[in-house]
Amino acid sequence: MSTPTPKSNTLRSKRRRSALRTAAFLSPWLIGFTVFFAYPLLSTVYFSFMHYDGFKPPTWAGTRNWTYVFEHYPYFWPALRNTLWLVLVMVTLRVVFGLGVGLLITRIKTGTGVFRTLFYLPYLAPPVAATMAFAFLLNPGTGPVNSLLEGIGIPAPGWFNDPAWSKPALTLLALWGVGDLMVIFMAALLDVPKEQYEAAELDGASAWQRFRFVTLPNISPIVMFAVVTGVIQTMQYYTQPLVAGKVASGVIQGAGTLFEPGYPDRSTLTLPQLVYNLGFQRFDYGSACVVALVLFALSMAFTALLMRRRGGLIQAGD
Amino acid sequence: MPTRIPETARKAAFALTASLALLATACTGQASSGADDDASKETTLTFWHAWSAPGEVKAVKDLVAGFEKGHPDIRVNVVGNMTDDKINQALRAGGSKAPDVISSFTTNNVGRFCSSGALVDLNPFFEKADIDPETTFPKAMNQYTQFEGDRCAVPLLGDAYGLYYNRTAFEKAGISGPPRTWSEFETVAKKLTIPQGDTYEQLGFMPNYHGWETTTEHYLGQFSPTYFDQDGRSTVATDPAVEAGLVLQKKLVDSLGGYRKLERYRAGLGDEWGPKHPFHTGQVAMQLDGEWRLGMALDAKPDFEIGVAPLPVPDDQADQYGKGYITGTIAGIAATSRKQNAAWELVKYMTTDTDAVVDFSNAIHNVPSTLAALKSPELKYDPRFKTFLDIAAHPNSSTSPASVNGGVYLSTLQQLGFDYESGKLKDLKDGLRKTAAQIDTDIAQAK
Repeated sequence: MSTPTPKSNTLRSKRRRSALRTAAFLSPWLIGFTVFFAYPLLSTVYFSFMHYDGFKPPTWAGTRNWTYVFEHYPYFWPALRNTLWLVLVMVTLRVVFGLGVGLLITRIKTGTGVFRTLFYLPYLAPPVAATMAFAFLLNPGTGPVNSLLEGIGIPAPGWFNDPAWSKPALTLLALWGVGDLMVIFMAALLDVPKEQYEAAELDGASAWQRFRFVTLPNISPIVMFAVVTGVIQTMQYYTQPLVAGKVASGVIQGAGTLFEPGYPDRSTLTLPQLVYNLGFQRFDYGSACVVALVLFALSMAFTALLMRRRGGLIQAGD
Repeated sequence: MPTRIPETARKAAFALTASLALLATACTGQASSGADDDASKETTLTFWHAWSAPGEVKAVKDLVAGFEKGHPDIRVNVVGNMTDDKINQALRAGGSKAPDVISSFTTNNVGRFCSSGALVDLNPFFEKADIDPETTFPKAMNQYTQFEGDRCAVPLLGDAYGLYYNRTAFEKAGISGPPRTWSEFETVAKKLTIPQGDTYEQLGFMPNYHGWETTTEHYLGQFSPTYFDQDGRSTVATDPAVEAGLVLQKKLVDSLGGYRKLERYRAGLGDEWGPKHPFHTGQVAMQLDGEWRLGMALDAKPDFEIGVAPLPVPDDQADQYGKGYITGTIAGIAATSRKQNAAWELVKYMTTDTDAVVDFSNAIHNVPSTLAALKSPELKYDPRFKTFLDIAAHPNSSTSPASVNGGVYLSTLQQLGFDYESGKLKDLKDGLRKTAAQIDTDIAQAK
């Protein structure tokens, strides 16, 4: 055993001061991370194993909440299926459509500002108002869209009143508000070096080849960004399906009335709606935390998968 | 190259996280009780209610003004337009701005309010005031304001469900009067239905569960189901009343055009609370609805005469014609309130003082919630409104009982109804068994 020398004491003191200085510099991030991420996450995990209704102190429930959500809660699997459907179909279509509109607008010679504004404006519409407007337009009984379709002899779908059409109707609504992606893609497209197009043209590349081998590699980090943020946003998709379901069901919650979540036939249920239903309508915070953790795990898994496959967002520098 | 976080920083971060976690998990808004305040001393109460229409808000203010007149030492701070979500949050949070007295439009949460201790048990207050709730309130209202012996709520006016019908359409179709049994009802509904292509010029009755008030529990009110046995287990699979109610509704759906056609028609109709309600416009000739529809329908000035009657009963219960489904607004005292004796004075006045209840009922056009008020000569109403007073006082009128998880069991049963009416569910008995099991599981999860 060795006794500390004055030299080692000074060294230790120096290291401590250095560590404190580091901690002080890190503290704004550390506090923010702890308060807004680590603590909520840890407490969500903690409460997922507790029985807690907000009134009585939490009691240990073991895996009961997990079993309940996965095996007995009748809305979980339909909501998960719907959420995955929306992630796969809606996110893909939004990215393709946003890129398509961005490409078109960067190509046109005149009226760019007008078209850009026209495509961007819907994105600014409040989600509730936009969804109500779509529910009116797509009303199977009196909506102008179905009147038009029937007028030209096309069988009119039930849209938000038909379980087979409710998610496609939500996708239409999402495509209408694609202005955010359009602006991001426009910026990326205008940033592609013109020389590369000129070189490709000289080599005899077709329009598709120019898009495939020049445009796409240059904007791929932006495509990845759009997909990752799209997946995360869709995991949090709440307002539009809830409003669409409520408006189409015709039921306004009032005395003695019950609202069927996910009308029609649970087809508009999404996982965030379950968090609200379990946490703030049933006051079963434990089960709500389980669904929240499933959402978190799914978001992380999707993001990790996408980042891994595409080598991260900093691919442009390759 | 990443460097290791120094030990001091790691320890500090851990300590901070742990203390924040401990601090936050300790803040669980515990309900407390203890009515040790002196109601004769000067105090101010906070009363949250859900009414929002100007006329209704004024009626509440008048009601409270009447109380303050008789209790000069108690001031009441009235806060309106409070939804159940806000009330639930405030009852959990407590604090100086939280309500002492609340009122909620729905009876569905009573079981949760009572079992969680969010609202105090009012039985000791009733005993102290020498008021017997059993002889003060109608039977159904007594039932929906308590849970497992804990009376944590009091009825504050009620709602009764009946049948509205288009008298003019009845005369045109040669129908002499409102149907008294469901068999008669089906015949009348078909007779009143005038098809127009693949839609309707006039629909006799919108039977779909999304036809606003035509929910499972409102239909089932006419069949007097039990919902739960003495052990608190669901009886929806064993009580023939539930199956009979669901079968009746499905029969109506099928005989009036089928689910898809009716749903398509319904999607194009006006909303429940607006002047274009299909009963007001004559698009639907009969409507299952609450007593409030009469005033709304009269305000819409329809071009036909409105008739009101009790809803039909099953053919084998013809002697019980006149009964109906009952629900209503409830009031209660927050467990977090430090002024529970003063709060009780307000609750007692609003819910048991006959003159106060009658005046409030006259102003709001809801059904009075005490037996004395139901018989009061001071009640002012359209003669047709009396139908609802009679339904409320009918000994066979029923409600849906309180449950530990609120109205979740009704929502589960309603889901079965949706599946059955649309044809998705073919085997009703099997569906009822699964629904009963689901209800029991949900209740076990909530306990």
